[in-house]
Amino acid sequence: MPEELHKVRVQCEINGKIVSLEAYPMARLLDVLREQVGLKGTKEGCGEGECGACSIQLDGALVNSCLIPLQQADGAKIRTIEGVAISGKLSAVQQAFLEHGGAQCGICTPGMILAAMNLLERNAQPTEDDIREGLSGNLCRCTGYTKIVESVVEAWRSARRAV
Amino acid sequence: MAIENRHIGRSVPRKEGREKVTGASRYVDDLVFPELLHGATVRSAVPRGRIRGIHFGKEIPWNEFTIVTAKDIPGKNCVSLLIEDQPCLANDFINHPEEAIVLLAHPDKYLLEEARRAVHIEAEPLPAVFSIEDSLARKHIIWGEDNIFKAYHVEKGDVERAWGDATFVVEGEYETGAQEQLYIEPQGMIAQAEPGIGVTVWGSLQCPYYVHKALVRLFGLPKEHVRVVQTETGGGFGGKEEYPSMIAGHAALLAWKSGKPVKMIYDRAEDMAATTKRHPSRTRHRTGFTREGKLVAMEIDFTLDGGAYETLSPVVLSRGTIHAAGPYSCPNVNIRSRVVATNAPPHGAFRGFGAPQSVFALERHLDRASEVLGLSPEELRRRNFIREGETLAVGQVIREKVEMGKLLDRALELSGYHEKRARFAAENPRNTIKRGIGFASFLHGAGFTGSGEEHLASEALVTVTPDGRVQVLAGSTEMGQGTNTVFAQIAAEAIGVDCEQIEILQPDTSLVPNSGPTVASRTTMIVGKLVESAALRLKHALLESGFLKGAFTSEQFGQACRQYIGKFGALQALEKYKHPADLHWDDGKYQGDAYGAYAWAVYVAEVAVDPRTAEVRVEDFVAVQEVGKVINPVLAAGQIEGGVAQGIGFALYENVVWQEGRMMNGQMTNYIIPTSMDVPKIRVFFEELPYARGPAGAKGIGELPLDGTAPAIANAIAHATGADVREIPMTPEKLTELLERVHA
Amino acid sequence: MTALARMAGAPGIWKPFAGGTDLMVLLEAGKLPHRKFLNIWKLPELRGIVVTPTHVSLGALTTYSEVRRSEPLVQEFPLLCRAAVETGSVATQNRGTLGGNIANASPAADSPPALLVYDAELELVSASGTRRVPFHGFWRGYKQLALRGDELIGSIYLPRNKKDWRQFYRKVGTRRAQAISKVCFAGTAWVEAGRIEDIRISLGSVAPTVLRATGTETVLRGQQPTPEVVRGAQEALACEISPIDDIRSTSRYRLLVAQNLLAEFCESLTA
Repeated sequence: MPEELHKVRVQCEINGKIVSLEAYPMARLLDVLREQVGLKGTKEGCGEGECGACSIQLDGALVNSCLIPLQQADGAKIRTIEGVAISGKLSAVQQAFLEHGGAQCGICTPGMILAAMNLLERNAQPTEDDIREGLSGNLCRCTGYTKIVESVVEAWRSARRAV
Repeated sequence: MAIENRHIGRSVPRKEGREKVTGASRYVDDLVFPELLHGATVRSAVPRGRIRGIHFGKEIPWNEFTIVTAKDIPGKNCVSLLIEDQPCLANDFINHPEEAIVLLAHPDKYLLEEARRAVHIEAEPLPAVFSIEDSLARKHIIWGEDNIFKAYHVEKGDVERAWGDATFVVEGEYETGAQEQLYIEPQGMIAQAEPGIGVTVWGSLQCPYYVHKALVRLFGLPKEHVRVVQTETGGGFGGKEEYPSMIAGHAALLAWKSGKPVKMIYDRAEDMAATTKRHPSRTRHRTGFTREGKLVAMEIDFTLDGGAYETLSPVVLSRGTIHAAGPYSCPNVNIRSRVVATNAPPHGAFRGFGAPQSVFALERHLDRASEVLGLSPEELRRRNFIREGETLAVGQVIREKVEMGKLLDRALELSGYHEKRARFAAENPRNTIKRGIGFASFLHGAGFTGSGEEHLASEALVTVTPDGRVQVLAGSTEMGQGTNTVFAQIAAEAIGVDCEQIEILQPDTSLVPNSGPTVASRTTMIVGKLVESAALRLKHALLESGFLKGAFTSEQFGQACRQYIGKFGALQALEKYKHPADLHWDDGKYQGDAYGAYAWAVYVAEVAVDPRTAEVRVEDFVAVQEVGKVINPVLAAGQIEGGVAQGIGFALYENVVWQEGRMMNGQMTNYIIPTSMDVPKIRVFFEELPYARGPAGAKGIGELPLDGTAPAIANAIAHATGADVREIPMTPEKLTELLERVHA
Repeated sequence: MTALARMAGAPGIWKPFAGGTDLMVLLEAGKLPHRKFLNIWKLPELRGIVVTPTHVSLGALTTYSEVRRSEPLVQEFPLLCRAAVETGSVATQNRGTLGGNIANASPAADSPPALLVYDAELELVSASGTRRVPFHGFWRGYKQLALRGDELIGSIYLPRNKKDWRQFYRKVGTRRAQAISKVCFAGTAWVEAGRIEDIRISLGSVAPTVLRATGTETVLRGQQPTPEVVRGAQEALACEISPIDDIRSTSRYRLLVAQNLLAEFCESLTA
């Protein structure tokens, strides 16, 4: 809930585009992304940083956007799920989720895909334990995680094959 | 003649998968309407009381708000379901904490929240009941004449006489706690009304026609003036079976009064506090065995806590009762069951729907009994598994092929059960971490019980467009389980076109027929069959017209559709459910053919217990089930894996902390579901004995995994530690006490 | 530094705001009475890990992710890295800071037990200067810090004198990740010829603050950790801690587990 009385203007890069945003300084980045920028792919599941459905990348780091006050996004480089596919071409992680059942109801999927990509950016060949740890901040109620883990394994293996 | 399936049995990628992995799917909170108001609910702080006054704090500009109370309800103040005992808005009496009393709407979400806190409900408290024991003892009468929503009595043979034939008699009492569905997308609705004329709602829901029926009653409108549209739904698991009727009513009442569209999205705290949970249970077993370990008498007493209003409790009780005696053959069975009222928010549907509760008790009980009998748990099951031609407790003759022994063999082999059973027992004394392995064997009936499907009278429609796209119109909803994809595969197979040519229409009551609710593991088996039959009839119509030849390409199919429509008008096939003539159910005696088909399963859990902290880790899990026909292997396995994970939560982590009917740990920080680090890779295996009445032979599987997971884990914990597990969730705090008793 | 000037101008009015992983949750729940938030997230003076011959100092804004990746910390202060790995999840670790964790003063905090058994010191900064205090004793009571209204936690200093000590850390939470601890135990000990020459023990979630179990340390100091000695230490521990029943766990469980973890620590010292 915005406490300070005056809105602030911040500028940041979202999915490669420079955007100017105006909101209360303590407004949640999640709300600003969804309502002002119109990027609905990032979801709210809990509002307390527990479920990871709101995960995005901020300056290359995976964060829960429900816990980022807008003023701290000033000058930041942000990637949401909408910025993952390039010109309509799905990333390896997205393609793998599609083929291996990584998404069921889909509500955790955007955050889960960001978390998976974040993991693979730091660890190109993660073990199953690495994957489970890297995704442990993203709760899924539908899949039981087995096919999510399989999808991430397949994503890095197919990326290796493509090289 | 064996024709190879083109689509059935293939892991066709999820129909709406691309939208889901790109963030393009639109859930209800993603939708934007012009001039939208936000809606909020003022709820009771007391568990039971009489409303004396409603006071609005002076600091809020109330003239900007739309305010709705029970007096504003045009039709009947109820959430119409089996009966109409639950009000949509409490008027005189409050019967549970968080009961809805006042609705508010305003364009500013933040001011709305301040306003919500500024409404004070003056309530004179009344004495309340919070436990099964107090409710049965009639400490206070809080519902009906005796606090009992429903009771059943199942009798087979003569249990009283049969005790004389029993060499061993084993007794036990078992309990399961409440469980929150915790779909990651909270409940939400958007409503638009033409005040005085009609209502439309869009939202996260499983059963569009349940919501439709409830709104018709709430507003006193003709059916054609109410429209319900399902938006992409982020998980349901039963939690969005009945509750959406309540939130839809609330949003619609605000829309009706304000003349503006109203969006109502619960935050997680409100969702957990106010909506349904799995019914807590208490089961008592008294079981007689012959010297050889054959079941000779089963006396089962099964009680569920239903919360404050009836909602679906009679049906949950029904399923729990029918599943209480398991996949075993016993000549004498007596089951008495009841579901009782307490002053908690009503409990409701959650995947499994009564069976997880009674199956937990039975499978834990049989392991305990095997110790008394001096038999291994698997030998005891083998000697009692039901076979074709034998009867279940409700008298249903098993007329399908049943191979429980084979399933057990396979499950035990895949899990390394025998080797581990011996090795753990040998190694545990000298190891700090204690390991154990245990199993559960069980069945799950698919479809509505008894004459339920007949009463539902479900329908599905298949039609074609002039350019050859096949459209499936059904009231069944996609919520991640794969409805869209499976229907597309079934229709594509029946007609002989590609899956990409099949379009599943968004469930919208103004467009699709009533296919019944998306529950009870019925969607593939019952509605999928309707889709298959309709698609076949449609194809035959095309063939008979002469426009389509036996073998055809997509283009030829499209051409044939164009020609047919050009000559005859529309081309569509509506299929209505026909209850099989050989299924008979007696509602009065609660006997007969309870379900058209059963899925059969054996699940094996391997656990590691650290006695220093009593933490339990599930190290390996094997799920073997016979399901008729696997239509989509990835989707089917996904259902089992997800269900097992929910079962692991049910067994070990998901503890609802109650205080006077109120859930105290209603945040994701404190209501614990498993993360990816808390579950192992779940290993799933299928057997297929095709069910003649299922589409391509398929039976239902959605709820099955919730039945066997928790007892398999409980049995494994008992093997690892000797702890006599009798209740779940078996939290470390509870296990610590059991471990102390073992060492004493 | 304008941040410090602001705080000096209106002590106690400004709420310093770092990664937000605790404060944003409180703000959303309407539990923060403050109306003025001071964004300190990017202040360079509060960042960075510096290694000197005697200390490793961590800026208050050091995140758990940075702790995990820091070679000097992995080498010499592994318990702090363990704590960081077990805090929340990747997203939390990217934003949560040690300074924020200390300022939030949760009795269930995961890193402070490790900091305490490393004899950490805090450097507190204000417009009028800096002062250095032992971390032990910084928390006066439940959510009460020995911090003036115009002060910020500037850095955490870890003396580089525990390298050869035995190290033990175990967090018992509600699940394996994203868990608030039910009991957290950290211990360091210098063992020579089977005797505990010196020892530090700290526990979380069993008292109004994370605490140093100095009474238990006294019982063990100079002793060989025989079963009898350990039993005596467990009794001393029971007197020093005051676990409660709450929505996550019970007082009884916490006491039993704390004592078991103490035994586990002592057992590791005999190896």
